[in-house]
Amino acid sequence: MAVGKEIRKKIGSVENTQKITSAMQMVAASKMRRTQENMRRGKPYAEKMRQVIGHLANANPEYRHAYMVEREVRRVGYLVVSTDKGLCGGLNVNLFRELVRDMAQRHSQGVESDLALVGNKAAAFFRSIGGNVVAVMHNVGESPVLADLIGGVKVMFDAYEENRIDRLYIASNDFVNTMVQSPVMRQLLPLNPDVGDSHQRRWDYLYEPDARQLIEDLVVRYVESQIYQAVVENAACEQAAKMIAMKNATENAEKLIGELKLIYNNARQAAITQEIAEIVGGAAAV
Amino acid sequence: MTATMRCDIVSAEQEIFSGAVTMVSLRGTIGELGILPGHAPLLTGIQPGVVQLRLENGEEEVFYASGGFLEIQPSIVTILADTASRAEDIDEAAAAEARQAAERALSEQAADFDFSLATAQLAQAAAQLRTLEELRKRRR
Repeated sequence: MAVGKEIRKKIGSVENTQKITSAMQMVAASKMRRTQENMRRGKPYAEKMRQVIGHLANANPEYRHAYMVEREVRRVGYLVVSTDKGLCGGLNVNLFRELVRDMAQRHSQGVESDLALVGNKAAAFFRSIGGNVVAVMHNVGESPVLADLIGGVKVMFDAYEENRIDRLYIASNDFVNTMVQSPVMRQLLPLNPDVGDSHQRRWDYLYEPDARQLIEDLVVRYVESQIYQAVVENAACEQAAKMIAMKNATENAEKLIGELKLIYNNARQAAITQEIAEIVGGAAAV
Repeated sequence: MTATMRCDIVSAEQEIFSGAVTMVSLRGTIGELGILPGHAPLLTGIQPGVVQLRLENGEEEVFYASGGFLEIQPSIVTILADTASRAEDIDEAAAAEARQAAERALSEQAADFDFSLATAQLAQAAAQLRTLEELRKRRR
């Protein structure tokens, strides 16, 4: 019976797609556990580091590192953390939208932007819309190594030290929970004072052995930890978003198959009814 | 009630300890430090070695830190360690072996030998063993 051959073919193709999406969902779910574990482990260190640096920026240190001095903003740098692969829903798009809005607002105030990109998606996005890209890092993967990141990031820090940019932000996704990831922009340089702290600039630490060396070491460690954490967190976001996107795709495929099957069965029934009617009509005619 | 302060020990890999303590003692870059609540704000590097905490109930806890930073605020002590572990988790055999390897490397210096690296390794292994001894003394 030749009825609905196209529909049957279509159902077959949707079923195949569904197999792929459900496999990807399972892969993402297992990767998500690992990336989340990575993120969870690093989080206390990064947060404590941010607190200590917040205190330090609030204090009135005898040695002021270049990273601690607020300058008039003429040009800003963004470090954009995106994913290498797609199929993770609106994760990257939401981040880029937020970022572009921020850049446009600064542009209207006469402040231009430089971009350092992590991940293929950001590279592709800014290649198509333009933008002053100064560094790109590909394939950092699910368990990133700090050494791979530092190279590209150094471009931005050099630019900051040479006064080519006056502020550096890091744009990445914050992992709220498996369902929700929100794009955030954090100021990396100059160091952000801990708001909410009331006793500002009236005290200083004792330093052992010497303020300059200590602050320099600490600042380097701080920056590394923040970048590493942002990349690790973004990896966890990617897997969570991918899992949800693939789950939706699988469910949609199920729905589509249901609808197609209904159409197919209707057509088949109509064909059978017609055939019977023809036979009955034929028999009556004889 | 005795005065307490909060102490947080975190390493790059995980959170090690967080809670109220009455005293912290460890080795800073330029010497031994004993910190009581109300200490002046201090920022310093720490050397590989034992970190001792005295808890509210008088019990003591021993940790090992391989280096990092110490920040003191009047009511909070934060230890940002490069790597840290509870003293119980240190593998004694591995530490002793690391120490021997470092000593051997120091004594038979090859041409392409990184002296500072070997010294640092030796210091770490020795500090780990010291931590274990400290722990054992306490157990007795």
